[in-house]
Amino acid sequence: MLDNSEGYVTEDGRKIGGVVMEMKNITLRFGGVVAIKDISFDIREGEIRAIIGPNGAGKSSMLNVISGFYVPQEGEVWFHGSKRPQMRPFEVAQQGIARTFQNIALFEGMSVLDNVMTGRLSFMKTNMLQQALWKGKAEAEETENREAVEKVIDFLEIQHIRKTPVSRLPYGLKKRVELARALAAEPKLLLLDEPMAGMNVEEKEDMSRFILDVNDEFGTTIALIEHDMGVVMDLSDRVVVMDYGKKIGDGTPDEVRNNQEVIDAYLGVSHD
Amino acid sequence: MFYREAGDFKTSYTADSQTFPIKFDRYRYYVVLAVAFGIIPFIINDYWANALLLPFLIYAIAAIGLNVLVGYCGQVSLGTGGFMAVGAYACYKLMTAFPDVSMFIHVILAGGITAFVGVLFGLPSLRIKGFYLAVATLAAQFFLVWLFNRVPWFYNYSASGQINAPERDVFGIIITGPNAPAWATYLFCLIFLTLCAILARNLTRGTMGRKWMAIRDMDIAAEIIGVNPLKAKLTAFAVSSFFVGIAGALFFAVYLGAVEVGEVFGIQKSFLVLFMVIIGGLGSIFGSFAGAAFLVLLPVVLKVVGVDVLGWPTDIVAHLQLVIVGALIIMFLILEPHGLAQLWRVAKEKLRLWPFPH
Repeated sequence: MLDNSEGYVTEDGRKIGGVVMEMKNITLRFGGVVAIKDISFDIREGEIRAIIGPNGAGKSSMLNVISGFYVPQEGEVWFHGSKRPQMRPFEVAQQGIARTFQNIALFEGMSVLDNVMTGRLSFMKTNMLQQALWKGKAEAEETENREAVEKVIDFLEIQHIRKTPVSRLPYGLKKRVELARALAAEPKLLLLDEPMAGMNVEEKEDMSRFILDVNDEFGTTIALIEHDMGVVMDLSDRVVVMDYGKKIGDGTPDEVRNNQEVIDAYLGVSHD
Repeated sequence: MFYREAGDFKTSYTADSQTFPIKFDRYRYYVVLAVAFGIIPFIINDYWANALLLPFLIYAIAAIGLNVLVGYCGQVSLGTGGFMAVGAYACYKLMTAFPDVSMFIHVILAGGITAFVGVLFGLPSLRIKGFYLAVATLAAQFFLVWLFNRVPWFYNYSASGQINAPERDVFGIIITGPNAPAWATYLFCLIFLTLCAILARNLTRGTMGRKWMAIRDMDIAAEIIGVNPLKAKLTAFAVSSFFVGIAGALFFAVYLGAVEVGEVFGIQKSFLVLFMVIIGGLGSIFGSFAGAAFLVLLPVVLKVVGVDVLGWPTDIVAHLQLVIVGALIIMFLILEPHGLAQLWRVAKEKLRLWPFPH
């Protein structure tokens, strides 16, 4: 059902569209180490796509390839139906791909508000002279984007820490601020690198709810890496499984869960 | 008691993002402006202008410039002295080549030329960071001073190798040369400082400032959210050098009048301005003012106390001065690494709750 269709409808009634991003035969090497070996998969519009696998499988490298941070030696990245030329990360960002990091990459010296405002950079069109004069265009632009940012802040329930320097926040909130910064960019594709790493159950629940809400309300396509299998299987529509840089499984959570190779490499068998 | 946010409600995002969100701060700012523009020019004399006010105003401009680069964009620079020299020599060449053009335009053009030179020397920042960049800018410092010393065209082939500021006026009021009245030179510098501070504040609170700070705090993440690191770093170098160039032009034309480049714009000038920025507070416009005031005022205060009050010999006081300033800098770095601006912020937070601390 998944293969050649222009989209499908999930069990809970969400419409998944056509292919937004396609990775074709990606191979990434660091010297002699092959981090990713000939991997192909696609991401469809509006879906939550998970990438799982044991440590060192190449999941984060894959995300880095998508966000333009690594340039694969072989293979092509197709975005919105056309082959993406080699790009610097900031150009990829301007195309509408936002991401969060495994170990939080917020700007520690800035307030939460300023951090989230940086997510709006691609919407800022005024030149330096206009900004230096402030009154007029720059001020109007600032206010306009502030409104958009406030919506995201409201959505993620971080109003109370709006003006707090990021360095003072606890881990869980930092993760949320990082998500806010990515969301402020109104991305077409949102990449989340272990959004729930190091969180307690309650924080995981909150974060899962936010991810589902983002997908539901804004229709954002999401690709995420996560180690918590319960979360992955509940959230995602389709899962890619990687091991030692190779793809060993791809499909719905149920298909992946019953794939023998995946069980051997990563999931394991329950002993009860 | 007066320092309260309570009751000062913001009803628009514009009001919330203004420079002084608290009413008391806003009024204090207006009072300072009124005193600086309306009262000081009438009571100023040559001693006050030359010993305190002019150096303070000019160093404050330089400190704002360096703060944009080091404090906001995180690119360490030891080339401030060299860039000030570029401003000074550019201003000198412009003054002598176009005697009829207003000094305002000369100084601004000198800033522009320095911005261009700053961008050239900022190019290595795209590949190197931290200490290595500091060393690269150090090369700029020595190269520029050497250039102005060795190429006679820059000092118009004068026999002494010095540059001397000819007498120039603005709207008929002499502001350079030995006959310039103290109030005129003071006002001229004050206008530049006010404009520079406002421009710097506007740039740093908006999009540009966020790009710079993003590069400073985590350049990889900055690039991934869409900051072009090349553009961000080079604009920081340009803006910073623009201010530093203006400071250099004023330092030469208005304050000193005659300059021997190795003495005035040597490496110690670079360090002095860097100390101002560090002591004042990295990443704060107010900190630039505070740092400049501290390092300009301190020697004068020490001299007044030592020579006039205690009656010690001048040479001993001069040496003690160096020791004390050095010790204070070290003390500062240990006790409050974020500088005077941070002390000020803490004081403000305390004041807000005063007299009930909880």
